[in-house]
Amino acid sequence: MKILLLGSGALQIGQAGEFDYSGSQAIKALKEEGHQVILINPNIATIQTSQGFADKVYFLPITPHFIEEVIKSEKPHGIILSFGGQTALNCGLELVKNKTLAKNKVRVLGTPTAAIEKTEDRQLFVQTLDEIGAKYPKSIAVKNEKEATNAARKIGYPVMVRGGFSLGGQDSGLAKNKKELLEIASRALAKTKQILIEEYLKGWKEIEYEVVRDKFDNCITVCNMENFDPMGIHTGESIVVAPSQTLNNFEYHGLREVAIRVIRHLGIVGECNIQFALNPNPDTSDQKPETRSGNWNLEAGNLLDYRIIEVNARLSRSSALASKATGYPLAYVAAKLALGYSLTEIKNSVTKKTIAAFEPALDYLVVKIPRWDLSKFKNSHTQIGSSMQSVGEVMAIGRKFEEALQKATRMLDIGTQGICDESYATGDYKTPSPSRVFSIARAIKKGKSTETIAQKTGVDLFFLEKIKNITEVEKDLKKENLTKENLLLAKQLGTSDKRIAQIKKTDPQKITDQRTGWGIKPSVKQIDTLAAEYPAQTNYLYLTYNGNKDDLSFSNSKLKNSKSVIVLGSGPYRIGSSVEFDWCSVTCAQTVRENGLKPIIINCNPETVSTDYDMAERLYFEELTLETVLEIYEKEKPHGVIVSMGGQTPNNLTPKLESVGVKILGTKPQNIDMAEDRSKFSALCDTLGIDQPKWAMLKDVKSAGRFAKKIGFPVLVRPSYVLSGAAMNVAFNKEDLEQYLKAAANVSPEHPVVVSKFHENAKELEIDAVAKDGKILCQAISEHIENAGVHSGDSTIVLPAQRLYQETIEKVNEISKKIALNLKITGPFNIQFLAVENHIRVIECNLRASRSLPFVSKVSGINFAKVATEAILDKKPIVNDRSTIVKSSERTLPYVGVKAPQFSFARIKGADPILRVEMASTGEVATFGSDVYEAFLKSLLATGNRLPAKSVFISLAGDENKIKFLESAKLLKSIGLKIYATEGTAKFLAENGVKSTKLYKIHEHKKPNVLDILHNKKVDLVINIFDPYFKKEFDDDYLIRRNTIDFGIPLLTNLQTAELFAKAISLKKLPDLKALPWESYVTFLN
Amino acid sequence: MSNKKARLILEDGTIIEGQAFGASTSKAGEVVFATGMTGYDLSLTDPSYAGQILTFTYPLIGNWGVPPKEFWESEKIHVEGVVISDLTTNPNHWQNEKSLNDWLVEQNVPAIVGIDTRALTQKLREKGVMLGKILVGNQDVDFIDPNEKNLVAEVSIAEVKIHKSPILNHKSEIRIGLLNCGAKKNITRCLTNRGATVYELPWNFDPFASKLPLDGLVISNGPGDPKMAKESINIIKKALSKKLPTFGICLGNQLLALAAGANTYKLKFGHRAQNQPTIEVGTKRCYITTQNHGFAVDDKKLPDGFKKWFTNANDGSNEGIIHSKLPFMSVQFHPESFPGPTDTEFLFDKFMENFK
Repeated sequence: MKILLLGSGALQIGQAGEFDYSGSQAIKALKEEGHQVILINPNIATIQTSQGFADKVYFLPITPHFIEEVIKSEKPHGIILSFGGQTALNCGLELVKNKTLAKNKVRVLGTPTAAIEKTEDRQLFVQTLDEIGAKYPKSIAVKNEKEATNAARKIGYPVMVRGGFSLGGQDSGLAKNKKELLEIASRALAKTKQILIEEYLKGWKEIEYEVVRDKFDNCITVCNMENFDPMGIHTGESIVVAPSQTLNNFEYHGLREVAIRVIRHLGIVGECNIQFALNPNPDTSDQKPETRSGNWNLEAGNLLDYRIIEVNARLSRSSALASKATGYPLAYVAAKLALGYSLTEIKNSVTKKTIAAFEPALDYLVVKIPRWDLSKFKNSHTQIGSSMQSVGEVMAIGRKFEEALQKATRMLDIGTQGICDESYATGDYKTPSPSRVFSIARAIKKGKSTETIAQKTGVDLFFLEKIKNITEVEKDLKKENLTKENLLLAKQLGTSDKRIAQIKKTDPQKITDQRTGWGIKPSVKQIDTLAAEYPAQTNYLYLTYNGNKDDLSFSNSKLKNSKSVIVLGSGPYRIGSSVEFDWCSVTCAQTVRENGLKPIIINCNPETVSTDYDMAERLYFEELTLETVLEIYEKEKPHGVIVSMGGQTPNNLTPKLESVGVKILGTKPQNIDMAEDRSKFSALCDTLGIDQPKWAMLKDVKSAGRFAKKIGFPVLVRPSYVLSGAAMNVAFNKEDLEQYLKAAANVSPEHPVVVSKFHENAKELEIDAVAKDGKILCQAISEHIENAGVHSGDSTIVLPAQRLYQETIEKVNEISKKIALNLKITGPFNIQFLAVENHIRVIECNLRASRSLPFVSKVSGINFAKVATEAILDKKPIVNDRSTIVKSSERTLPYVGVKAPQFSFARIKGADPILRVEMASTGEVATFGSDVYEAFLKSLLATGNRLPAKSVFISLAGDENKIKFLESAKLLKSIGLKIYATEGTAKFLAENGVKSTKLYKIHEHKKPNVLDILHNKKVDLVINIFDPYFKKEFDDDYLIRRNTIDFGIPLLTNLQTAELFAKAISLKKLPDLKALPWESYVTFLN
Repeated sequence: MSNKKARLILEDGTIIEGQAFGASTSKAGEVVFATGMTGYDLSLTDPSYAGQILTFTYPLIGNWGVPPKEFWESEKIHVEGVVISDLTTNPNHWQNEKSLNDWLVEQNVPAIVGIDTRALTQKLREKGVMLGKILVGNQDVDFIDPNEKNLVAEVSIAEVKIHKSPILNHKSEIRIGLLNCGAKKNITRCLTNRGATVYELPWNFDPFASKLPLDGLVISNGPGDPKMAKESINIIKKALSKKLPTFGICLGNQLLALAAGANTYKLKFGHRAQNQPTIEVGTKRCYITTQNHGFAVDDKKLPDGFKKWFTNANDGSNEGIIHSKLPFMSVQFHPESFPGPTDTEFLFDKFMENFK
């Protein structure tokens, strides 16, 4: 059977790496059964879109138009919608509605779409629940603001406002009064026809179940999970524990029974997630003991006071977490069930003996903590709530809640040493925020009673008491001398050696030595799905100090495992480090295995493919910290460690690992340091005659000012990483500089600031390459559409470069060769360049895999990560000889690949959606075309933009922008688009012969106003180019941009991108964008 | 909780050290493990665990404290001792009356915490269940093999108890005898909630001799080797000969099988879990069941008229037998759950259909 699988597209808040995991597992399951899998997913950084996974891959937007094109040419028998998140599901429902699937005789496999609709449309959902007497929050569907206020009055404030069909609870919110209600409701109603006003379940527990059903009506719940944060905080924003900790049998199995009843009634085939709210203090006032005794379970229904919040009839973030938490491969099993198998016919892939029809028994618990990056956004708020703003997550495994919780805080890679780390308790414990859990620990430490905290936060006393255990052990440690007993206790509660050293005011190494001396070592335990009842055949491992026996035998491991290689993964996804590094890690591990060595992966991110236990010989779901990596290293005694594939997290660990004698494979750590250390790298560049923008590291505000004046504004200001979240910025004048330095709070010798020359109107380009012993093996030069000033992660990138002089390319090659040779690079590296005319400056050099490695690999047909791993292992390439690769990487390609950023501004309340030197995008796509215009348009469509059909609103700040964009405005007019413009822009356009409709600014409160046009969706596209020198209009421009995002209208804020867009849509229409598979463009060379 | 040390000693000489909690006394029994993640309060009061030292593989125990007595599965804790990894000392739940520690003290049951329960479970899985003892302080006791005793006699009731159905307006009274071989309370609740009046009978009480007018018989769960409960087997034989609708649960499955002429044997480490997949023979239906047994029915040779009804999907062992013509059925798992999934409670409906 030929099966079409829809991916989820770019990573965005609410829909991230978990769908790479679920899609990859689905492909594996379908191919095992001999089916042909056609995958559509524009996310080029994913593992599922790698060679050797699906039979055919299309890098195309997940929209009905493109899916229909693929259906027409591929003629698949079936389509699977539930592995690509809400994007794939919505697109699939659309294809059912417009009869595309019926017309082309394509069958939906798995859960029938009628059942999906019942879970997506709240009214249908509520009806369905009524049919089986299941409880849900009082809720009223409304279509306008008046109905909304009436409904809220009926239910009583506070109320929850929910938008339908939304991913990650976008446009949801808590309204305490009419004003707040109208604010949320109008925003939500702008994007959807119907919203819900709901009863607010303050302080109720939030519990989730992952339920599986086959077509024979067998049902299991694979896992339940309990939120640390009560109702009101989105589950994606909550700390989550699995299994539930505070539910007794009656509640646990009572909710399980309801979950199964619902799923049966809906007719789900595959996997789904059901969320409950549970009343922690059910009203038992009318349940007199005498009437209760003996037959209380007849009245049990009343004691189990629950509400069903929602059902997701698809794989989800929670199901990915549940898979990693239990070892039960949910996505794999769901794919088999979609093919019609029974749960009894599928083997348990951990024990290989028992069957998939069972419910995992855990003999550990897991704690998930979200990772936020709110400080990366200009103007964002720091409070968290009912809509999702986090960008990643970590999962820690332990045999005590305290152990798992403390591990998880360190896995976040924000620098914390556990839950009591004072520097992270920045906020008030009462206000939900990314730092609240630390603030709670601080409040407990300061003597606030757990009862008071429970009352104010709704967090269950159980969790607070466990946190209290940690604070007390820390107190004792501080008071008493270090003994074997109190050290062991601290380790059992998950305290790091470094934290103990902080408490004892000593060196971490001393604590480690003392601990080792006392024989306090972690045990390695397996995740086996059956709590040791049956032996496990896979090596899915974690470390715990609550145990005294390893599940594996490491004796003689020097002999047995001399051929193993540890690959360090990327840690949590965050802005600037996401699925691309998982692709690098997985490709690396696969290459290690292909070369006859045994890969061992260490990673702690449940949204990844690298943490699937069949990706490596052994998987340690563990911290990427010096202490933990070293413990594993000492047990495994591997051939060496690969640090260059997981992004900056392992890269930062390299010098520390080296210093304690860990064998680092690839480029020598001192050479990595030479690229990382600004001064050393500068010195090297000077020696090699390579130019860099002028820079200096300055220790106080005054000298920073002096230096800026000397080199001339504008300058780039880069504060040291401090907790205030001060970001990189471009200062165009003295005032800017002062403002930024003030925001950086404490410029000091410990926290110096780097000031460097910012070159305006400079082109940016970069090279991705692999070298061995300093000799380049393969390389790719790509070009940024946006001029310098936009972070490379937010740039639109073109490969092969289209607009470079031959001389530029030669200079770039020359510089790269010199750097590779002088740093004796063995492995991947990336250099970023500025080009003003033919003057080339180097702005950054990283001796590790870069964000763009999957992009250049998949566009060029040369798998750079594979070549790099072979170089690091000193192995011969398996396919093709090296000279072919070297030659091929220099050939010209007859097609163009364009990588475009995906932003999630809509989710970050208040954030200004502009492109800056600080990265803000959460994901990326890449698409192919016969020219840059085709590839560029596809990539924009793949990131949620639409081609304007009728009208465009243009607002250009400053004369330079106006002059530069004039030609583009003419092009837009020439293809029949109506142009709206703000006063200045309209005047300028009129003077130059372009007719437009003038709109009043927001603050002018006159009609026609910008806001009305946006609100009424009269424009299909907003082009708002701001001028950094021109500060007056700034606030009004911010309001235009923010409203554009809030009303779901496509927005372009960069001049170069807007110009290219105008040109592209004047040349190409939708039918010109070809739906061709990857293989029709690219020849694969290794 | 004191910082008192305790030791778990196994018959193979293994000594595992930990901290004592619960009662400050030493006790011996058969060391077993259970993998359920919830319901420790229900497991501890399940009479089937009589004579055993129970190891919970789930590490965090005590989280919701102890509910009022009416929510227990019997009148007291039946295990000889408890082995866990981590104890929650400050439980929180709206039904919480006391902490697990206080309850164990009150019920004179010793416990040991801080144990690598996973390593212990692996040992029991590989070597089979073993005799063992929890020693608190210096007080030593002898090993005791509970399977050599008639545990059923120890945990059963002394005289007949009658439980009325809470459902009013029931046309005619349905009288079900429940042969209490160590019955969990929820079996009674499952029957009375379906309109039955339950006559709870001591394990050796012959209702036929006393001419109790029963419409059906349920044989309960219970501890130990089924072959020890000879008098119960004789009573069941009479029920079968009278063609009285009969439903066996857990030990009841083994007793029914023995009464009908089949055999039973001891499993290496038994099934004590809430996640056992159980397949209805001849179908693709699989139920997730709670189990707690160390013995099983040998279904290779079943008496005439009986056939396999359910089998364990993991190890193929027997999970129930049914007569092809007569109203006799029994299951090895716990359809009354508590703790565990409620998937098979419908079997009580099936049993009650006999009386429609």
